[in-house]
Formats: sequence, C-alpha cells, structure tokens
Amino acid sequence: MLTAIISLTGLALVFGLLLGFASKIFAVEEDPVVDKIDAILPQTQCGQCGFGGCRPYAEAIANNKANINQCPPGGEATIMQLSDLLGVDPLPLNEEHGQHQEKRVAIIDEQTCIGCTRCIQVCPVDAILGTAKHMHTVITEECTGCDLCVPACPIENCILMIPVQSDIYNWKWKAPNDAR
Amino acid sequence: MTHAKPNLYTFAGGLALKGHKTLSNQRPIAQLPIPPQLVIPIQEHIGQITEPVVKVGDEVYKGQLLARTTGKISSPIHASSSGEIIAIEHHPVPHPSGLQAQCIIIATDGKDQWLTPPRYQSDYLNKSTPQLLQKIADAGIVGMGGAGFPASVKLSPKQSIDTLILNGAECEPYITCDDLLMQTHAQDIMLGTEIIMQILGAKQCFIGIEDNKPKAIEAMQHALKPLGKNNIEVVVIPSYYPTGGEKQLIRVLTGQSIPSKAIPAEFGMLCHNVATAYAIYHAIAYQQPLISRIVTVTGSAIQQPQNIDVLIGTTIDDLVQACATDPANIPHLIMGGPMMGYSLKHIATPIIKTSNCVLALEQALSPPAMPCIRCGQCADVCPVQLLPQQLYWYAHAKDMDKIQNYALFDCIECGCCSYVCPSRIPLIQYFRYAKQEIWAQEKEQQKSDHARQRHQAREARLARQKAEREQARAKKKQALKKSADNQSDDPKKAAIAAALERVKQKKAKQTTSTDE
Ligand code: SF4
Ligand code: SF4
Ligand code: SF4
Repeated sequence: MLTAIISLTGLALVFGLLLGFASKIFAVEEDPVVDKIDAILPQTQCGQCGFGGCRPYAEAIANNKANINQCPPGGEATIMQLSDLLGVDPLPLNEEHGQHQEKRVAIIDEQTCIGCTRCIQVCPVDAILGTAKHMHTVITEECTGCDLCVPACPIENCILMIPVQSDIYNWKWKAPNDAR
Repeated sequence: MTHAKPNLYTFAGGLALKGHKTLSNQRPIAQLPIPPQLVIPIQEHIGQITEPVVKVGDEVYKGQLLARTTGKISSPIHASSSGEIIAIEHHPVPHPSGLQAQCIIIATDGKDQWLTPPRYQSDYLNKSTPQLLQKIADAGIVGMGGAGFPASVKLSPKQSIDTLILNGAECEPYITCDDLLMQTHAQDIMLGTEIIMQILGAKQCFIGIEDNKPKAIEAMQHALKPLGKNNIEVVVIPSYYPTGGEKQLIRVLTGQSIPSKAIPAEFGMLCHNVATAYAIYHAIAYQQPLISRIVTVTGSAIQQPQNIDVLIGTTIDDLVQACATDPANIPHLIMGGPMMGYSLKHIATPIIKTSNCVLALEQALSPPAMPCIRCGQCADVCPVQLLPQQLYWYAHAKDMDKIQNYALFDCIECGCCSYVCPSRIPLIQYFRYAKQEIWAQEKEQQKSDHARQRHQAREARLARQKAEREQARAKKKQALKKSADNQSDDPKKAAIAAALERVKQKKAKQTTSTDE
C-alpha cells in the first residue's frame, strides 16, 4: 500500500513537472479573444459542443461559427459569462448538445478492468493511470467528468460516472430564492 | 444594575436587542452523568483535518490523544472520558449542511478514568514562550467564542502585540455560558489572562463585559484584586449588539477602528474569548487537554433552560433530556444564538469545542420574505457600514462580480440587517450564500485552468509523438528503400556470377572430358 502511494505520488510529481515543461514549450499560439473565451469555458474537454474540445469551440465562437449556448457542462453560468464578454444576448442552453448535469467523476471498477488502455487513449487530461494488462485507475482530482472514457471501454459497467459527493468541505449555502 | 463605563467609544449601526438571558442564567451550572456514548468529530477547528491515532476496539482513557494534527494550522482531539472505541465513521456533525463527517465514537465505561490525572504545577509560568505555546497546541485549545481557530497559532502573530482584548461581552441574545463561566471561575480566567499576556508580551489588557452581567462583572473584579495588576482592567460596556464582534469590541474599548481587510494584530492588538483563557490556564497549570465546555441550553421549547458543563462529544439529545425536555418535542433546533446560529437537522449532533449554545424554539425564526422596499433600515444598523440592500440585490441576481464592489467580505454575518428588515428578507443567508459561491467559483476556475494546462500538455505530447512517429516512419522507409536497392542488386549480380561460374565449370569439364 505504502509503496503504491509513494510510487503513485512520485509518478504524479514527475508527470506534473513534465507537463509544466511541456505546456511552456508547446504553448498554444495566442489570440486574445479566443483566450478570453477559452478562460470561461469549463475545460471539461467533452466535445459535446460539437468541437474537438473547449479551445476549438472558443475559436469557433470567436469566428462567429458557433453560438454561445452549446456547452452543457458550463450551462447557464457559462452562457451568462460569454454573453457578458462578447456583448451578445444570452440564449438558453441548446439541449441538442446535452443537458447541464451536476459534476460527476469517473471511477474504474478495479475488479472488472482488463487493462486494455483504451480509456487512457481518450482521456483528454491524462487523468487515468495504468499499463497494458494491469488494473487502471482514475485520478479523481484530475478527472473533468467528460464521459469520453465510458464508451471507449469495451467492458460493460467497468467505468462508472458518479456524482461528486457532497460533504462538509464542499457544501455551499443555497441562495434563499432557490431554496424552495 | 452595574453601569457601563462613561466615555466609551461607540461603533456605527448595531441594535439594542431583548436579551432573553435570565431564561438560562438563573440556575447554577449543571453537571451531567457520563453519557453512554461520546461522538467526537475529528475536525472541531478551522484548518487541516486531524488524523486518528486509535482504532476500533481500542480502550482509551480520559484525556488520551485520539487524533493528531496533520499540519501547522490544526488542533489535536482527545478522549473526553474512558471507554472503548466502537466506531470511526460518518455521523452528523454541527454544520449548517446537516451532512455527516468522520467521528470517533466511544462507548464509555462509566469509570471516567484519566490517562494522567490533571496535576497542579505551581511553577507553571516558569516556562519559555515556545514551551507554553507547545502546551497550548498539545492540549487542543481552539478559540471557544467563535470559529475555532487554533489558539497557539493565534498567539504567535508576526506583529508585536501590546494590548490584549479579552472578550466577555457575550452580546448575542439567549447565550449565557460565558456569563456563568465568569461567575464561577473568574480566578482561573484571570490566571489564563496572565499566561496569555506573558506569551504575547502584552503591556495591558482590557476585559470587556456587557452591563447585563452584573454578577460576572463583580466576580471578575473580585478575582482581579489579589493579582495586584493595574495593567488589567475589567471594563463594563453597554449591552448593545454586536459589541462582541472582534472589531466592534476593539472600537468600544480602545477607540481604534480596524479598517476593512486589516487585522487587529496590525494595530498591536489581539482578541481572545474568556472561555479560551480559562482553557489555556488549565492546559498550562494542570496539563489538561480541552475535553469539556459550558453550553447554554435554552429557548422556549426547553422546560428547564440552564448551562451545562458538557463533555465534548455528548449529543444534544442527552443535553435536552437533562433539561427536562423530550428531544422529540423540539420544533426548531438552532446551534448558536438566534442572530448568528444555524438550524440543526439532527438532534443526535454532538457538542464540539466551539458549541456555545443550543437554542430550541417553538417557532421558526424565518417567516416568508416580501420584496425589498428600499427603506434603508438595514444600512442604518449594519455595524460595518455596508449597504445590505445593494448586496442583497446582487446576491439575488447572482451577480458575483458586482457584489464584491460592495465589500461583501467585510460582512461579519451579525444578522442585524435581517433582524430589522420590515420585509423579513433573510439577508444574512444571501450573504453567506454569496461568499461561498465566490469561493467555490474561484476554486472552479483554478480547477478548469489546471484542466486546460493538462489538456494542452496532452495535445502537445500527442503532436510530438505523432511527429516522432512520422519521422521514424520516414526514416524506416528510407532505410527500407536503401536495403531494397542493395538487395535487388545483389541477387541479380549473384545470379549472373553464379551462372558465369556454372558456364565456366561446364567448359572446364568439357575440356577435361575431351582430354581424356
Ligand atoms: S461542451 Fe465540453 S468540450 Fe465543448 S466547451 Fe463545453 S466542456 Fe468544453
Ligand atoms: S449581516 Fe453583514 S450586512 Fe448585515 S448588518 Fe451584519 S455586517 Fe452588515
Ligand atoms: S431593510 Fe429590507 S426592505 Fe429595507 S432596504 Fe434593507 S433589504 Fe430592503
């Protein structure tokens, strides 16, 4: 157990450093409007908007090739922010792209996993650890809840999406006008 | 009636509230039999969570360490009585969410046996400041008047402190636990004050007590005399809500206004509660950890309102029963007072180090709200001089940018504005909501920035790998072509050579055969 923790922490550290360097070296070229839009998008990287990820969607919005209401994970809050930023009228979420849901994270059932590595290949944020033929696991803190690994997994009920548990540390007061 | 000191300073806003104090302060402090079960949350303070050092099945003694600190801003947890650990599991805790959190559950054995019984050491002040601070940290002492910040951390400010403010104001209606503590243990509080002053190197101390507590004032003044200290003063202040707020009390006692975003230590002042001073004295002079406190159990739904000396981890149903009240008969249960408290969903919630009052009411405090009529009364009573109706407007509209232009984070959640609002708008709830929403949004933003970074890094990695693969493929192709060239040369040449060789041999054979 302890060795597992140590080695996983070590791995996380090493990858973190690598990622840091990589993002410096391979920084995406700058476009202020696209950057600002991208900063608002939730970075779930799920592709529900119809683009390959949040940045391509940001580019499409900046070039007037997409509406601001196509991101289900961002929902109303993101639409409001985009409408503020771009000075356009807010629109209701286009449900053709999906419905806004509470945030969820992926969990891999360790008993069921066959170690095929397909989930690793689709995870947009490298939140899955594992090697061929060995049990895989999700780094919960890194998971954006994009759902992409679920259809990629060949085994049924191996990857499950579960809502983020509410506890005394992430609980929030509700707005009184929402309460009832 | 004891009169407030003349010429005291005042603060803006505030309210003269009906105290409801005599409901609970007329009886002596009650002692409870040891409850059969103690539910001790592993987080009773602000800061990092603690880590249990016991396991299910362990026998523990009173005062034994149950959970140790995991960081600098943390506070250890001790067993409040002896018995067996029967579970370490989720259980309702005092929190506005009504959610559960990790608790250590002790089935008590009734013996109340100490690990090391508290023993008085007469030379207790003869220690270095770090030693004293360590003892306070080890005893698990947290601020007992409010949020539960670890006392040893608060007692080590970066700034030098010359004035200690001891808070005995207890300005919130219904609550009388500090009143009773001062009446009965004034001497220990004074000795604790002395310890705190020594640690801080403070030159003077003001002890602020509201004039609605004549007995407590008398007891404190009486306890001060034999100390022969003329740099400690018991100051009688008017009963006016929220005088017990840190910045309000400092203003009343010293005239100093502490501006927005500043902390009192920047002005050479530090504030502690009287109950914390009491606990510090027992930690230093007796080596006793913080395992009990005085709790006011009061309100219209309680048959026999009173203060009780409670072991940490005792659940509220036990307390209510000790006040001749059926726990099933409580329509509205509040942790804390009517102004700043919050509703509790479960009566089996335990008392923790910061629980000062259990308020049980027959009627809910919040009647339905009506629209804001912009009367401005809320702004008149706000002790921080905010504009609650503006804050409300933006909180209602969920405009978390604009609300911050109105100093939302200066709001001390005193509830004065909600109290006076003729439209009964639960203003304080809106402000609690808005603060947490902003914190949550900041966290979300950090998370999504982080996800963006990871995604970009992945994209970059994939692009690099693709490029590498392409390069490798191109190289291979070239290599293949080369070797193919070589090979295609070779067999031909070899074939020709072989054929020539064969012809040669044939010829040679023929000549030899004709020779024969
Ligand atoms: S739908 Fe998914 S990929 Fe598209 S912007 Fe929203 S989070 Fe990003
Ligand atoms: S709750 Fe906040 S806004 Fe309302 S009066 Fe108190 S400090 Fe002012
Ligand atoms: S007291 Fe109530 S009604 Fe009056 S201005 Fe404030 S929020 Fe509006």
